[in-house]
Amino acid sequence: MKDINLKFFTITKYEQIIILLTIIIPLLFYDSPYMQGLFIFIMMWVVLGSSWNLLAGYTGQVSFGHAAYFGIGAYAAGLPFMHWGISPWWGLLTGGITAVVLGYLLGIVVFKLRGPYFALGTLATAEILRIIFGQEEWLTNGHNGILYVTTWVDKYPYYFIIWAIALATVFSVKALMKSKAGFYFLSIREDEDAAKAIGINTHKYKNISMAVSTFWAGTAGAFYMIYMGFIDPEVVFALHNISIITILVGIIGGVGTIWGPAVGAIIMVLVQELFRSAFFGLAPQWISKVHALVFGLLVIFVILYMAGGVVGDWDLIVKKFRKFRLKKATK
Amino acid sequence: MSFLVLENLTKAFGGLVAVNKVSLEVKEGEIFGLIGPNGSGKTTIFNLINQYYSVTSGKIYFRGIEITSKKTFEIARLGIGRTFQKVRPLKRLTVEENVMAAAFARETSFEGARKVASEVIDFCNLTEVKYFRAGSLPIAGRKRLEIAKALATRPSLLLLDETAAGLNPSELDEAIEIIKKIRSQLGITIIIVEHIMKVIMNISDRIHAIAFGSTITEGSPKEVAAHPTVIEAYLGTDETLQGGFNA
Repeated sequence: MKDINLKFFTITKYEQIIILLTIIIPLLFYDSPYMQGLFIFIMMWVVLGSSWNLLAGYTGQVSFGHAAYFGIGAYAAGLPFMHWGISPWWGLLTGGITAVVLGYLLGIVVFKLRGPYFALGTLATAEILRIIFGQEEWLTNGHNGILYVTTWVDKYPYYFIIWAIALATVFSVKALMKSKAGFYFLSIREDEDAAKAIGINTHKYKNISMAVSTFWAGTAGAFYMIYMGFIDPEVVFALHNISIITILVGIIGGVGTIWGPAVGAIIMVLVQELFRSAFFGLAPQWISKVHALVFGLLVIFVILYMAGGVVGDWDLIVKKFRKFRLKKATK
Repeated sequence: MSFLVLENLTKAFGGLVAVNKVSLEVKEGEIFGLIGPNGSGKTTIFNLINQYYSVTSGKIYFRGIEITSKKTFEIARLGIGRTFQKVRPLKRLTVEENVMAAAFARETSFEGARKVASEVIDFCNLTEVKYFRAGSLPIAGRKRLEIAKALATRPSLLLLDETAAGLNPSELDEAIEIIKKIRSQLGITIIIVEHIMKVIMNISDRIHAIAFGSTITEGSPKEVAAHPTVIEAYLGTDETLQGGFNA
């Protein structure tokens, strides 16, 4: 197997192996819709995590409100269906675009803020949207949500749709980071004022980063609508279940790395599922109620001992592991 | 047509007037020194030229274009590069990536930016540390990286803000060498702010002295160094001196 050189990026042989595995492994579980469902969620979190990573990890604009774009994407798919019977499938096109428009409008306000204030500003925008979409029943059907009978019962088509979206997200980030824009994103992250002094239109490039990031988040939201067949504001605009988990996926996998969010997504979905199902029923039931606690501990552990995340600190992890094995062998 | 003109430039922070009606003219191709005691407004003038601060009153012209209300990044693209007194490397990027990010101001392709970066890095004697993280460089390296970043934007005017501060004597000679090379080889006009007299007297063609935000004098290094008001601004008057010695 060789590296494939495309115009804007290279697909290394390791990446080709990963892509192949993401095709083969789900096919092995052909008789388990449950496992297929997990794979779908992993891919969805890859999309969300990578999109967040572009804005927060690479551009340094740490968003605490990615649920805003996920949610608006979901509603962009759901609302036309509810009001006019237009198929939610169009959402895969319109969801991302709607999120970009929303991102641009919110950006006018939140990009005036920096650092922790930016984080708080984005957190507020998502919460405001959640409340508006919950209250304005004439428009959104409020907390009753939007219901849509899903197109297929089989999960494979959904898996390969979100798989394609996830690959597109990861490789769009990869291509961007190899371009002029990527260098500008990093410069803005490191020092916004110094970036201006070397001729970078920081406002423009923050908006570009925001646009790409929100596009994929919105597309993921639209996919959620199509796949789940039900959305309500408490689910798609959720602070803890969407915004925070998005950040955790990024942090655990590795902020500012191409494949970090993908690894983070796998870890997060598996941990969540292990605890939610109380280790597939092997552990006592109360275990299922502590998954939030476990996430908290996981994040503390990652931030304290491997701030670069699993991918960012991979060399460090390998070193530690070697040492551990050496110790064991010498004993 | 004059190269850079400041016309009655004034900057007030609330009631504090940091720069008071400073007028000066820089000719193309010269090294223009800007001196003054601490807090006299030298860095503020730089921050006004590249519009980190908005001008309170007065005008700035660069090659006949008024740049007083332009944005910082537009000024960088017009050809005014600057370094920071308090160095600001992009810490987690390598030296090469730092310079490439700056080179993209004129280049659009990855390869093009890389080529420019490698030229500039060689020029600033940073070749050995090309792949080091900028945050790991010692101060001399960081100061040179500041210059490299500014040069990579292909400026025609370079504002150097205390690039020699905090360097040891041999590093100082290297810094002077680079600054001289910038003019002789690249033909870039330089305005330099510096406290170290060895540097500023050695390389400037003309010097403009300010104190408390106002112009004291302007002239050749010798003239300025001998000017009584300049000596007074740096060392105080005879009376305070004597008082100091007597006490």
